[in-house]
Amino acid sequence: MDEIKLSAHALNLYFGNKKILKNINIDFPKNQVTSLIGPSGCGKSTLLRSFNRMHDLSPDARIEGTLKLDELDIYDQKNSVTEIRKRIGMVFQKPNPLPKTIYENLSYALNIHKFPKNEIPQLVESALKESYLWEEVKDELKKPAVKLSGGQQQRLCIARTVVLRPEVILMDEPCSALDPISSHKIEELIMILKKNYTIVIVTHNMQQAQRISDKVGFMYLGELVEFDTADNIFKNPANELTKNYVGGHFG
Amino acid sequence: MKKKTRSFFNWILLAGSTIIVCLFLGIILFDIFSKGLSSITWNFISALPSDGMTKGGIFPAIIGTILLTFITTLFAVPFGVACAVYLNEYARPSVLTNIIRASIRNLAGIPSIIYGLFGLALFVQAFKLGTSVLSAGLTLGLLSLPYIITTTEEALKRIPNSMREATLALGATQFETIKDVVLPKALPGILTGVILTLSRAAGETAPILFTGVAFYINGLSTSINQEFMALPYHLYMLSTQHQSIEQVRPLAYGTASVLILLVFMFNIIAFYIRFKHRSQD
Ligand SMILES: Nc1ncnc2c1ncn2[C@@H]1O[C@H](COP(=O)(O)OP(=O)(O)OP(=O)(O)O)[C@@H](O)[C@H]1O
Ligand SMILES: [Mg+2]
Repeated sequence: MDEIKLSAHALNLYFGNKKILKNINIDFPKNQVTSLIGPSGCGKSTLLRSFNRMHDLSPDARIEGTLKLDELDIYDQKNSVTEIRKRIGMVFQKPNPLPKTIYENLSYALNIHKFPKNEIPQLVESALKESYLWEEVKDELKKPAVKLSGGQQQRLCIARTVVLRPEVILMDEPCSALDPISSHKIEELIMILKKNYTIVIVTHNMQQAQRISDKVGFMYLGELVEFDTADNIFKNPANELTKNYVGGHFG
Repeated sequence: MKKKTRSFFNWILLAGSTIIVCLFLGIILFDIFSKGLSSITWNFISALPSDGMTKGGIFPAIIGTILLTFITTLFAVPFGVACAVYLNEYARPSVLTNIIRASIRNLAGIPSIIYGLFGLALFVQAFKLGTSVLSAGLTLGLLSLPYIITTTEEALKRIPNSMREATLALGATQFETIKDVVLPKALPGILTGVILTLSRAAGETAPILFTGVAFYINGLSTSINQEFMALPYHLYMLSTQHQSIEQVRPLAYGTASVLILLVFMFNIIAFYIRFKHRSQD
């Protein structure tokens, strides 16, 4: 049995009166890549964003159920949301580097979480190396991050997340704004990162999901229809909807 | 073909309007500078008025306007920006915030003379600040607040949410996000609004009329609780209230030129800051 890192139990999420997530139960195994797939609008991003409490900012979002990081209740008001977000990092669909230099993009999070000043350069360097960006940027760390290419920016965003040594990394379609070569690099990076991090990724690319995932969850209209190993979902799905979707018949 | 002619006419219309506007601006500037630049000498800028203001310079009025604008800035910019940040970043959208926004827009439409009366009642009398550059600066600050709030909020609205999410997802607090990402990103837009507003405020006459501006001051006042001279009022006085208007006409145009140049200077500074900021991110 896999060790469970992140889980949702009886999760319902509403935007106003609209129920977007319906009774989701899901367990993400530690140090594995889990993909969430499903047609547009089915609630993948919404589910992903519940885990690092990004819905806290939407006034009309309401959440029921239990979400846990190990034994920690993510929505318990006693727990600080900034501490949870430090442990559960997130990479977005469109690269969103901070309007600062490459170096500051990484040191920023370390500074706000009060890492010792003298350790920061070393941590920045190792996060850039871990994200395979170091060779490309080591001579221009003072350059504004927006001057990097889209693919480099996205790897910078991953590095910016990795620098905090989170336990979980949530990725919402991290390759969809990128060219094939850049997305291939990100895929390789994900395969390496999973040794140390639990990764949950939303993707629309079935080949990608097949290549990188250990487990796959298929969502449809706010429900988690099927959750199984990547092999089973793609080669031997139990549900008719899953079969149609991974076979490319809708979505 | 028909479509092409249509778009050609549209183009003519738009380009024509632009040219006409620029033409008027050009005529105004040419008229003022052609009559005024010749009276701008070092003496005119650096000396006190003399001989019943038919000779000498406008130094006290320049200093007065600069000091006045400084006080206005100090008061209106922090409050205005804070208010906009509250409305756009913290306040949850509700009927109340919409009422607040509507009131702010309405305040922007109130004639400036009414601000003058209000400043007289509030700062000069109720707060006992007297007729002084402080009272006048605060009054102009009130006048500027609605514009600064509105333009700042527009600038904040233009920052995409993905920017805020970037730092929030790293565990930054909302305050850190605003301070480190949102405000720096919005700075060029905020600055544009602030400079436009302050340029207008620097040229206002009505709000300072009752609150502290003086006809003539013997010597230079640099204390914030004294009356002061200001360029727009000096201009008004030279062109309508002076006993020998014809004689001081060149001085009036000179004063107008200096006022315009001062406002240009504000704008150039703002342009420079915007430029520097842009090359950074
Ligand atoms: N802030 C919000 N307020 C109201 N409704 C929302 C909000 N965010 C998302 N929704 C709705 O929730 C549903 C699920 O959206 P979500 O973004 O999770 O879909 P998704 O599966 O990620 O789709 P995609 O593949 O296109 O990214 C959609 O119907 C969307 O309209
Ligand atoms: Mg999505």
